[in-house]
Amino acid sequence: MSAQQNPAQRVAIGISFGNSYSSIAFTSGEGRAEVIANEDGDRQIPSILSYVSGEELHGTQAKAQLVRNPRNTVAYFRDFLGQEFKSIDPSPCHQSAHPVPQESTVAFNIRDTPEEKENTVTISEITTRHLKRLRNSASDYLGKSVNSAVITVPTNFSDAQKEALNKAAKEAGIEVLQFINEPVAAVLAYDARPDAKLADKIVVVADLGGTRSDIAVIASRGGIYTLLATHHDYEVSGFQLDQVLIDYFAKEFMKKNKSAGDPRENERALAKLKLESEAVKKALSIGTSAAFSVESLLNGIDFTATINRSRYELLAIKQIAAFTRLVAHAVEKAQLDPLDVSEIIVAGGNAHTPKVASALSAAFPETTKVIAPSTSPTAINPSELAVRGAAIQASLIQEFELEDIEQSTHPMVTVTPHLSHAVGVLCISGEESHGIFHPIVDAETPLPVRRSAIIATPKEGGDVLIKLAEGARHIKVTKPEPKPKEEKEKDEDDSDEDEDESEEEIREKTWKVGKILSEAALRGLQKGAKVEVQVNIGADLSVNAIFREVGGKGGVRGILQGQKGVNGSA
Amino acid sequence: MDTVQIALPLPVLPEGWAGEKDFKAIGSLSQATDRNIEPVGPHFLAHARRKRHKRTFSEDDRIQAQANVKKVEDDDAGEISEPEDPLLLQREAKDWKTQDHYAVLGLSRYRYKATEDQIKRAHRKKVLKHHPDKKAAAGQAQDDQFFKCIQKAAEVLLDPVKRRQFDSVDEAADVEPPTKKESQKGNFYKLWGKVFESEARFSNKQPVPKLGNENSTKAEVEEFYNFWYNFDSWRTFEYLDEDVPDDNENRDQKRHVERKNQNARRKKKTEDTARLRKLVDDCLSLDVRIKKFQQEERAQKNKRRTEKEAEQKRLAEEAAKKKEEEARIQAEKEAAEKAAKADSKKAKEAAKNAAKKNKRVVRAAVKEANYFHGAGDAPAAQIDSALNDVDLIITKLDNEELATLTGKLNGKTDAGEITTIFQEEVKRLLGAGKLKDGEAKSLS
Repeated sequence: MSAQQNPAQRVAIGISFGNSYSSIAFTSGEGRAEVIANEDGDRQIPSILSYVSGEELHGTQAKAQLVRNPRNTVAYFRDFLGQEFKSIDPSPCHQSAHPVPQESTVAFNIRDTPEEKENTVTISEITTRHLKRLRNSASDYLGKSVNSAVITVPTNFSDAQKEALNKAAKEAGIEVLQFINEPVAAVLAYDARPDAKLADKIVVVADLGGTRSDIAVIASRGGIYTLLATHHDYEVSGFQLDQVLIDYFAKEFMKKNKSAGDPRENERALAKLKLESEAVKKALSIGTSAAFSVESLLNGIDFTATINRSRYELLAIKQIAAFTRLVAHAVEKAQLDPLDVSEIIVAGGNAHTPKVASALSAAFPETTKVIAPSTSPTAINPSELAVRGAAIQASLIQEFELEDIEQSTHPMVTVTPHLSHAVGVLCISGEESHGIFHPIVDAETPLPVRRSAIIATPKEGGDVLIKLAEGARHIKVTKPEPKPKEEKEKDEDDSDEDEDESEEEIREKTWKVGKILSEAALRGLQKGAKVEVQVNIGADLSVNAIFREVGGKGGVRGILQGQKGVNGSA
Repeated sequence: MDTVQIALPLPVLPEGWAGEKDFKAIGSLSQATDRNIEPVGPHFLAHARRKRHKRTFSEDDRIQAQANVKKVEDDDAGEISEPEDPLLLQREAKDWKTQDHYAVLGLSRYRYKATEDQIKRAHRKKVLKHHPDKKAAAGQAQDDQFFKCIQKAAEVLLDPVKRRQFDSVDEAADVEPPTKKESQKGNFYKLWGKVFESEARFSNKQPVPKLGNENSTKAEVEEFYNFWYNFDSWRTFEYLDEDVPDDNENRDQKRHVERKNQNARRKKKTEDTARLRKLVDDCLSLDVRIKKFQQEERAQKNKRRTEKEAEQKRLAEEAAKKKEEEARIQAEKEAAEKAAKADSKKAKEAAKNAAKKNKRVVRAAVKEANYFHGAGDAPAAQIDSALNDVDLIITKLDNEELATLTGKLNGKTDAGEITTIFQEEVKRLLGAGKLKDGEAKSLS
């Protein structure tokens, strides 16, 4: 397959390639992203390849082989790509084929041919085979041969890893149009919905994946996204939630079968426990109770048990709390306050777990909207967020030449000055001490920017003063009245864990007026008139402001020269 | 981006506030932070476009808007821009068989290339323009002939089967093959390319190979001509059929016309095949590439032949040389053999002579020994037996033994000695088994 496709002949899809699961999506003619189901009917395809007497199994079929044929089953390999053996963490592969060092990369010793002989297959070869299967599934579904894709990667994917992935994709016949960051793809998936409104907001994408958690704080300003902070954790993961269930069921089993021993010490029994626990975890996201049933778990003993959701939530409280702390930590890292966060998008397969979302809602103020299936009925399936974003991006850029895409994603274009303070107007009073600042352009907005605002005027009309100023966000903390608000928390343990202080503080987001930028006057306004203010801020920090009465003629225009070198508090 | 709505009222202008043009610049913005924005989403694309082309917001808005608007206009303007021929407007609907449906709809520059969508839109435009109601409003009552032409044209062109039948006989879409002179003037590929492009519309097999240009490879050219010599055409000539009378009264007449039509179609098809064949023949005969390839091939062949000949010559020379060499060696060998033979003959002769001489000596020695008969004259019988025995011995001896015997006998005159020598010899011969007991009695 040639590296460069003619843009007109491109069939582009979005691929989300995760450690545990991968998915593929395309954008239909109406501009809606649709996730493609593979031959097994799965939309989340396990990133697992298994070899049984030379036959390659993929996805769910391969996952089932983790019990019977773990040594020839390759799983959880995404993070190894483009890494040296000494820098990888092989622990997720404990129950599948073990990674081995090979030259400067990682490989697996597996029997991938009918012969009784182990072959060394490099990580890039495995990735190529995996991507090839994904590509075939997409091609079968679309009826057209897919030849290019946008692939999502974690924000901390290095250039070497991207390069390795690019190479593996090329081997699989896929031209990578662009790598995009998973959290940004998730935000894009929400923003690309037809009913989505463009707003300036701070979004936290909390991705609780199978082997790792990634938190990203993103400033979304008029549809342009800037990563403010990221946080990665390899300890807090979906596996931990599985582990909780594994431990629970193992103990239950031992209680019932005293002589049988610990199923966790038997490799096969552990694999069965693990698979079933994951299934139970998924079932508990939908129903309030789930049945655990494994035939011949250990020594030929069948085991069945049931668990309800509250017990599971109780068992997993530590892990979920750790996840909530991670999110809070990431917000702190971005030098923001929880009040600044307008949305938390919970992504990743474990976002289905209702407790994860409710714990986040409890930890963040009410103004923060937590978007997860359990809190918002219109939420997009959190497992499909990244891939939908990738598919949308693919449809946006597929008609461009590769060179064009490269130039547009070059640091020359992407590195942009961002406002360090919000710019807005003073309302009610022109005095700095009395006036109330209202932002027009928020902090962290990439420049150049153009925004307009419509502002009310005094009832009687007349002459008004328009003062443009910089504003700093300020968190006002007030001690509450003796009688604190009754929390709706039903879980005693939960409130004990989080809030030990008896009196809660009330925190409010306010603005402090900073530097005054300009003053302008509009004279002779009619009664009930409104004033339109348009602010253009250039990349050189010059401000071009236009003030006029809505529906009126004329207006005032003013220019502030950009002064590089004036050091603010940035 | 939505505008920010601020409900709080603006402050009243304080007394005595004044500024140049009602504006006072006071401060400037704080230093900005450089950050990477994520290259994702439609708004980033707009940002990248502005940044790369160094446009401001309003410029970009304007250019984008213009680009979008222009596209719509182009689409609309396309089909109707053809001026209508006044003669065409006067056509009668009953002559629809001879009308140019594409021209009626204003699609004569698209013809068989017109898409269904184009036809539909062109039809709609024409209907809007020539609707009888509009004519009636303009005072031309009952003039719906051209409208009927339009309807008929749409009926034919929007039905895939009828459209094919019409396209089959649409001579206006044909491109006349250039004359010999024209094609030799230099634009052979351009002129003939157009001809084949137009003929290609009848092909069942798509895509049709292109004529190419002077740089086409031999395989390409061969593929082209092979394709056209085995052309698979969907062209039919039903459209030119004579009307079949549909009255039920005269069956024979009906069948006769049908048969006539069938024959006419077949004949036209054959003619068309022949025409195409001739066309390809003409093109082939004028195609300089064929000559070029032939020349190249000939040159190649010549080269190969000369190489082969040179090789053969070299081989022949080598063979001749080898043969000569062999002959020389043979001659030498023969000469040597001859010499050797002559030598051996001489030696033999000498040996013979020597043997003769030796025999003579031996016989003389016998005589010397008085025929082994003690003293006195030997009787005749004794002489005979002695001589016979000695002859026997001589025959049994080879030349060398004879020579040694001779050597022993030479100079011996004593009868006893000679006898002893003979007896020893006989003994030796007996020992060697050359003589049998009882032979050479006289000497034992």
